[in-house]
Amino acid sequence: MSAQEKKTKAPKQKVNWKVYIKRYWQLYALLLLPMVYLLIFKYIPMKYILIAFKKYSIVKPINEMPWAANHGMQYFIQAFSNNDFKNALRNTVVLNLLDLVIGFPIPIIFALILNELPFKRFKKTVQTIAYMPHFLSWVIIYGLAIQLFTPTNGLINMFIERMGGEAIHFLDDPVKWVGTYIFLGVWQSFGWNSIVYLAAIAGISPELYEAASVDGANRFEKMWHITLPGIRGTIVTLLVMALGNILGSGFDRPFALQNNLVMRYAEVISTFVYKHGIKGLQFSLTTAVGLFQSVVGVFFLLFANWLARKLGERGIW
Amino acid sequence: MAKEVKIDKRKEKDGADEISRTIKSKATKRVDMVFAIVCVFISAICLIPMINLLARSLSATDFLVKHEVYLIPKGFNFDAYSSVLSDVKYIRAFVWTAFLTLICTLLSLTMTTLCAYPLIFEKLKGRGIFNIIITITMFFNAGTIPNYLLMKELNLLDNPLVLIIPSCLSVYNMIIMRSFFYGIPDSLRESAEIDGASFFKILLSIYIPLSKPVLATLALFYAVGRWNGYSDALMYMKNKDFYPLQLLLYNILNNINSVEVATQEGFSTPGLADSLKAAIVMFSTIPILCIYPFLQKYFIHGVTLGAVKE
Repeated sequence: MSAQEKKTKAPKQKVNWKVYIKRYWQLYALLLLPMVYLLIFKYIPMKYILIAFKKYSIVKPINEMPWAANHGMQYFIQAFSNNDFKNALRNTVVLNLLDLVIGFPIPIIFALILNELPFKRFKKTVQTIAYMPHFLSWVIIYGLAIQLFTPTNGLINMFIERMGGEAIHFLDDPVKWVGTYIFLGVWQSFGWNSIVYLAAIAGISPELYEAASVDGANRFEKMWHITLPGIRGTIVTLLVMALGNILGSGFDRPFALQNNLVMRYAEVISTFVYKHGIKGLQFSLTTAVGLFQSVVGVFFLLFANWLARKLGERGIW
Repeated sequence: MAKEVKIDKRKEKDGADEISRTIKSKATKRVDMVFAIVCVFISAICLIPMINLLARSLSATDFLVKHEVYLIPKGFNFDAYSSVLSDVKYIRAFVWTAFLTLICTLLSLTMTTLCAYPLIFEKLKGRGIFNIIITITMFFNAGTIPNYLLMKELNLLDNPLVLIIPSCLSVYNMIIMRSFFYGIPDSLRESAEIDGASFFKILLSIYIPLSKPVLATLALFYAVGRWNGYSDALMYMKNKDFYPLQLLLYNILNNINSVEVATQEGFSTPGLADSLKAAIVMFSTIPILCIYPFLQKYFIHGVTLGAVKE
C-alpha cells in the first residue's frame, strides 16, 4: 500500500465492527487452525530455550529448575570448552563454505549452458534427468554412494582396479570423505537449483539479445554482457540466503552420509545436538548449542541482507 | 552492360552474405554440439549411479562377488526383488509410509490453503500481525531439543501422530501458494463478493479450481518430504513398527539390527546382500521417480513462485 493510499483511507477508518465481523468471520475461522499450529509447534518450544540457562531436571517444570552457574551461562562456557563441539562448529562452517564455493556457481553455469541449447526436446530431457537426484532421500543417496565408492566393491573402485590403479577410500578417509560429501551435495541439488536461474533468464527481454546481435556480439559476449547481468539480482539473493545459512546445518544429509571413521570431519552441529542431546540426554548443553546456532544464524542473515542492499540489490526482504 | 554489372554485384553480395552466414552457423553449430555433449555428460553423471544400482539388483550373486557388474546386469534374475517382496517387515514399512504420505499430503495441503487464502484479503484486520507471526518462524527456530521436549510434553513421543502433525504446514510452501493466489485476478473474487458469495464459497468455487498447478506442485513437495524424511522418526519414534521406509533402509544399510530387520539368511552372504540392498534401495525410491517427471511443468512454476518475493 502506498503512502498516498494510506492518507486517503485514513479518515474513513471508522469500522462498524458488527458488520465487519459478520462479513469477515469466515476468514478468521479459516486461519484458526494454521495459527494454532504455529503457536503450538513453533512458539511454545521457545519457552524451552530457557533450559539453556538452567540446570535441566526431568521432574521439575521449567520455572522451578535452578539457574545454571556463572549467571546462567555455564552451559555456553561448557560448550565452548568442549572439543567435540568446537570440532562440530568448525566442520559446519567449513562444509558449508565448501558447499558455497563449489556448489553455488555450478547451477548458474548449468542454467547458462541449458539456455544455449537449441534442441528443445533434448533440453527438456536433460532437465528431467538433472532434477532427478533432488527427489532422492539422503538415505537412498547414501545407498547409492556405497555402491559407487566402497573400496573393491564400489563401481568407481572396480573400474580403477581394473585399470590397474589402487582403490580410493572415498568414504572412510576423512579428507576424501569431505570431497565425497561435497560432490554428493552438488550432485543432488545442482539441477534443482538451476530452475530459478532458468526462470530468471527466461525473463530477460529478447530485444536486448537482438540489439547485441546487431552490434555483432557473439554468443559468449551475449552471455557475459546480457544474461549474467540479467540474473544478477537472483544470484545475489540466493547468495545472501546461502551466506545467512553458513552456520545452519540440515540433519538428513550429514547424518545419513557420516560414519565412525570420518567423524573428525563429519560431525556437524545438528548431529552433535542429536547425539549429545536426544541420545546423550545433555539437554541444557545442547539447547545452549542450538540457541547459539539460531542466534548467530539470524545475525548472519541480517548481515548478508545488509550486504546485498549495499551491493544495490534487493536482498531477501 | 551497366545493369548486368549491377546484378552481378548484387549476386556477389548475396553470395558473400550466404557464405558468412554458413560460416557463422557452422561455428555456432560447433558450440551447440559442445554444449550438447556437456549436457550428455552431466546427464550421465546423474544417471550412472541409478543404472549401476538397477544392474546390481538384477544380477546373479556370482557375478557380484567377482565384481563384474558395472552398468549391465549379469546373470539376469529377479531373485532379489522377490525376496524383498516376500519380506513382511519391508512390505509393512512400504504400505505404512505410503499411507503416511497420503495422509500428510492431504492434511498439509488443507492447512496450507487455510493459511494462505485469508492472507490475500487486504481488508482483513490483523493481517499484518498474522504475517509477522508467520515470518518470525522462518527466521528463528527454537531448536532440536526444545522441539523434542515439546513432543514429550504433548505425549507425542512414540506416537505415530508425531510423523504427521508437527510437519503439517510448511511456511515456505504457504508463501508459494499465497503468491499463486495473488496472481488470480481480484476482479473474479470481487464480482463473487458482490453476488453475495461467502468467503468460504469463493475459496471452494474460484480459488481451488484455478489453483490446480500450485496444488499439484505442493502435493509433490509435501509427498516427497514425507516419503524421504527420516529424522523425525529417528528422534521421536522408538517403536520399530512405525518406522517409515527410509529409516528402515538406513538401518539396513548400516547393518543396525540386521537380524531383526532382514528375515532372509541372504544378508550373511556378501553377494546376495549386495543385490538385496540394491533392490531395497531401488524399490524405496521408485514411487517418486515414477511421479515427478509428469509434474515437471508445474513444479518449475512453483519453485519460481517461491523465489519471487512480494
